[in-house]
Amino acid sequence: MQYTEIMVRYGELSTKGKNKRNFIDSLGRNVRKALHDFTELKVHADRDRMHIALNGDDAQKVMDRLKLVFGIQNFSPSIRVPQDMDAVYETAIAMMKAQFKPGMTFKVYTRRSDHQYEYDTNEINDMLGGQILDHVDGIQVKMKHPDIVLRVEVRTNGIFLSSETIQGAGGLPVGTAGKGMLMLSGGIDSPVAGYLGMKRGVDMEMVHFFSPPYTSEQALAKAKQLASTLASYSGSVKFIQIPFTEIQEEIKEKVPEGYLMTVQRRLMMRLMDAITRQRHGKAIFNGESLGQVASQTMDSMIAINDVTTLPVLRPVISMDKTEIIKIAEEIDTYNLSIMPFEDCCTIFAPPAPKTHPKLDRSRSYEERIDVEGLMQRALDGIKISEIKPGENYMNAQEDVFAELL
Amino acid sequence: MIYFDNSATTQAAPSVLETYTKVSQQVWGNPSSLHNFGETAFHLLEQSRHQIATLLGVKSREIFFTSGGTEGDNWVVKGTAIEKRSFGKHLITTAVEHPAIHNSMEQLRDLGFDITYLPVDKEGRISVDDLKAAIRPDTILVSVMAVNNEIGTIQPLTEVAEVLKQYPKIHFHIDAVQGIGKGIQSMIMNDRVDFVTFSGHKFHAPRGIGFIYSRTGRKLAPLMSGGGQESNLRSGTENVPAIAGMAKALRLLLTDEDEKVARERAIKQRVYDHIKTFNKVTIFSQPTDGFAPHILCFTINGVRGETIVHAFEDQGIYISTTSACSSKKHAASSTLTAMHTPEAIATSAIRISLDENNTLAEADEFNRVFDKLYQKFSKINADV
Repeated sequence: MQYTEIMVRYGELSTKGKNKRNFIDSLGRNVRKALHDFTELKVHADRDRMHIALNGDDAQKVMDRLKLVFGIQNFSPSIRVPQDMDAVYETAIAMMKAQFKPGMTFKVYTRRSDHQYEYDTNEINDMLGGQILDHVDGIQVKMKHPDIVLRVEVRTNGIFLSSETIQGAGGLPVGTAGKGMLMLSGGIDSPVAGYLGMKRGVDMEMVHFFSPPYTSEQALAKAKQLASTLASYSGSVKFIQIPFTEIQEEIKEKVPEGYLMTVQRRLMMRLMDAITRQRHGKAIFNGESLGQVASQTMDSMIAINDVTTLPVLRPVISMDKTEIIKIAEEIDTYNLSIMPFEDCCTIFAPPAPKTHPKLDRSRSYEERIDVEGLMQRALDGIKISEIKPGENYMNAQEDVFAELL
Repeated sequence: MIYFDNSATTQAAPSVLETYTKVSQQVWGNPSSLHNFGETAFHLLEQSRHQIATLLGVKSREIFFTSGGTEGDNWVVKGTAIEKRSFGKHLITTAVEHPAIHNSMEQLRDLGFDITYLPVDKEGRISVDDLKAAIRPDTILVSVMAVNNEIGTIQPLTEVAEVLKQYPKIHFHIDAVQGIGKGIQSMIMNDRVDFVTFSGHKFHAPRGIGFIYSRTGRKLAPLMSGGGQESNLRSGTENVPAIAGMAKALRLLLTDEDEKVARERAIKQRVYDHIKTFNKVTIFSQPTDGFAPHILCFTINGVRGETIVHAFEDQGIYISTTSACSSKKHAASSTLTAMHTPEAIATSAIRISLDENNTLAEADEFNRVFDKLYQKFSKINADV
């Protein structure tokens, strides 16, 4: 089937009242960004639907990209024919034959925005349904839950036929919720948290703490690779790496073992607070899941959250590990996440961290270290880079290898 | 020299050997090592796997490297038998398989499994009706070769796939060792097949390397247990130089595949048109779509295949008596025997097998030598 247009139906944003225009504009921008390397197509973001006129671009490739854009409920590839019923019959029959398997049922569903057209919706349903029954052997009509719904839209510039509806990613257009900062470790949970935040419209920046030589270059590359995977949902992301070695060494030296983890997390949260304000973000995101590890109990959260007044959002807080893994597999981060490199959360992890740290003790142990100086040096050492989908950080020699292969 | 024995093995391509050498010299770390040097080898391994998967239109994690076709066939047959033994002990294959399948099946028979060999018609092809009749509630595997290695018959893979869609639990294996790069990839990588065996040296990769495709969700018990390589399903340190070479060889093979197939078909046709004019020649491979473009099997009635092979060899032309694996055993061709060809003819069969580097000029030279030899043996050749 040579599709001529893709019709995109909006998600919840159509219920958003006066913000609607803003949402539609954002979605239009995001779709254009996702499709920027298709040179021929045109994106028209209208009030009710978005129409992408393909002008010869590859429908399948365009749809593969659209599947990743948040704010799209579903979409249908369609074929435009002239306002002439014979042309409608011919194309519709070919479409049905391509999809039909013995035993399948169908119905025709017509909408008409061109009210001048000579037939009304019922007449078109009737006439076209009859033609299909005559020409597709064995097909039957069924009004409730048919296998194939043939959608017909009569518009002034032609009649549009589609028989397939493909689920979009749902959610809200990235950027409509403002900017957030994700604590991206390299484990399974944080990329999922980032994905879920982006799905609700957050323009997410990826913050990664790294501690050479205790963490390897490979661990940093892995975090960047995860960021690149997440960038598929927004076109590109900022990757912010914060050096954490000095802080970890200092804490290890001065803080009692039971509170190593808690104080370390407090410093991370302080740095998150600073960088989020610096970059005009509105919230901190992380991959904490209640009770999963020592730092993720409610007592730990009290002791750690103490250092910031920004909202700390935890999209996977109530999920079981298996539920998180399921999403990680769907968004293609799982296989990366399980690659065995030490990250800064696992080094210096005490054998028995406090699962119920006390707030006052956390505060007083933290006073043993030079918080201000350490933070300043860490912030001075920050590196920010732009990461795009499809980039390869794990396999630095990809191009050299491509030559060999 | 004219090399017409490409179904036995092919010459490793110079550019493939270049890759092999470079990788051996520069990326020789163990992919399982933690350090960067090992890590680099790991990435090359995975990039090779990805390239092969992409060329076949499947996922990277569905490709498992092996030592070649024999291992692949053994793995799928015995791995299925071990994995699914509690569900049934009946396996179905054809009477014309490569010994790697046939003898694996026979080994399983000794262990108490039940094997059905589907008969073939006079073109060496099974019928799906026989397949339907053979399927039982305890059938766990159907294994069918894509292209017969002795006479080039293409099995009705699409129809077999359709039948097996009614039996989603049965493992469906295709031995595609002779089928890759021969213009039938869509038949082989069909939407029902679960396992496919490939061998590198049949398409200009080095010896000792191959791979299987294994559909996501299907399980095979490993035959090689050990250090857990290949997702714990095929242990043993990965042969990265050969794997990289094979990935390249496959890319080269599938570049302009249609054109190469047409060329092979034209060479086969030219030899076919020539030898069919001799009344004491019996030809088993037809120049039709039901046969692979690169294999032509025939006899000069009454003259032993071995004699003809050596006579051609004296003229600088390398051909073979049916399959290389059995040719030194003086046995009749098992495919021809299964086709109920009289033994006298089955022991006389010879095979020419082409690849994309052969030319029409070589076909003409072959035909010229053929005339000479036909004359020479005219005293002993026989009517059948």
